Amino acid sequence: MSGTKGLNRQQMADRVAREFQDGWIVNLGVGIPTMCSNTDIGDRDITYHSENGVIGYGAVAAEGHEDLNLVNAGGQNVTLKPGAAVVHHADSFGVIRGGHIDATVMGAYQVSMNGDFANWKLKGQKGGGIGGAMDLAACAKRVFIILEHVTRDGSSRLVTVCDLPVTARGVVTLVATNYGLFEPTKTGFYLREIAPGLTVDEIRAATGGVLTIADGLKQIAVDG
Amino acid sequence: MTQKSKLRSSFAEAVADIPDGSTIAFGGFAMPGTPFNLIKALMEQGAKRLTLIGNTTGGAQKPRMPDIGMLVENGQVAKVICAFTAATRPTDTLPFTKYYESGEVDAELVPQGTLAERLRAAGAGIPAFYTPTAVGTELAEGRETRVINGREYLLEYALPVDYAFIRASTADTAGNLRFHRAQRNFCPVMATAARITIAEIDNPIVAAGSIDPDDVHTSGIYVHRLVQVPPEPEGLWPAKRQERKR
Repeated sequence: MSGTKGLNRQQMADRVAREFQDGWIVNLGVGIPTMCSNTDIGDRDITYHSENGVIGYGAVAAEGHEDLNLVNAGGQNVTLKPGAAVVHHADSFGVIRGGHIDATVMGAYQVSMNGDFANWKLKGQKGGGIGGAMDLAACAKRVFIILEHVTRDGSSRLVTVCDLPVTARGVVTLVATNYGLFEPTKTGFYLREIAPGLTVDEIRAATGGVLTIADGLKQIAVDG
Repeated sequence: MTQKSKLRSSFAEAVADIPDGSTIAFGGFAMPGTPFNLIKALMEQGAKRLTLIGNTTGGAQKPRMPDIGMLVENGQVAKVICAFTAATRPTDTLPFTKYYESGEVDAELVPQGTLAERLRAAGAGIPAFYTPTAVGTELAEGRETRVINGREYLLEYALPVDYAFIRASTADTAGNLRFHRAQRNFCPVMATAARITIAEIDNPIVAAGSIDPDDVHTSGIYVHRLVQVPPEPEGLWPAKRQERKR
């Protein structure tokens, strides 16, 4: 499977987490994005916001020490950091729509070169799962997407135009895949960093639309 | 004290008068704040053709607790308004999904922040509002938008409800509520949007005045019926989620 090439799930999350700057308020989506909170980014102080109104949650609670009335957006029993606060759902989405989220990290099925992305509905599906994704996508200052570069049948998830129903248009600022770190540029994807073990030609062959390459392309630093 | 007591001795009594065709909002986000005991009582009560509002229809997590999906399976539901008609993981199937796909039950899929704000608006006397959420998506097709200060917004309408079922940690006899941690979620806005709010309460209900007014999360003016949740197994309490292997 080509999906196993390059970075693993935690390494993709690590690369995105290293973009977070001191003092940022960050919302992490379910799945791989949650793993961004495991990354060691030194003494940078990040406040994690969850859709249910928990502002300032910390690590997953240790076995036997869970508060069953304290969960993050993924339903995991988490802990609170000193300085945490809880607000109700309408206020929590006021945080989002009001532009107070510095970065949101989400999974997706597809990202297009103009920064559209799709993550709530599969082709031919009736209904779907939106959750807070459309609010976050439309209103966070930065939208970071983490996804496997190709599908199980080998087609690219980085596409010229999304053929799945989009979550928001023109909002994606950064894409981390197992192959590399990319920015949608409207006319293509700009490869900022490449994953260890991958070549530019392999990435070009597996990417929809135009691929441009950073001068002096760097390899993604991988821990452990 | 001339006001009728808000205390109810059982969940069955608290939901007994709910008529067919009612619109009911359920608090809760994952386990916290979900009124498991009131949902169970409503299944036994049997009201039909209900319109139910909640974040999700339930059933994606184990152990499964009373949820909107169970009322659907019980044949009591005409329509659901929620932020998920399908699970977040495409490989998961919600119990609700087959009823929706077969057309037995209708659904209106609403972004989560829009759902919360529609409820808040209903409780705050705002008939409609513009939001940037869902602009440019399938949800906005054929609907009213407006450009304000150069940005496009979608018109969304307030969502008033007949009943809100919520769960809180502490209540006094005046109906003032405090929530513990993530229990709060949709509960306060649903209480304001409802004609009648029924709250199930974790702790023994205290005398009016026992909660400092500065510490009240939801004013008792929004809360009409209170039932204390008994200990397990008679009462239902949030359970630890069973983690799944990928």
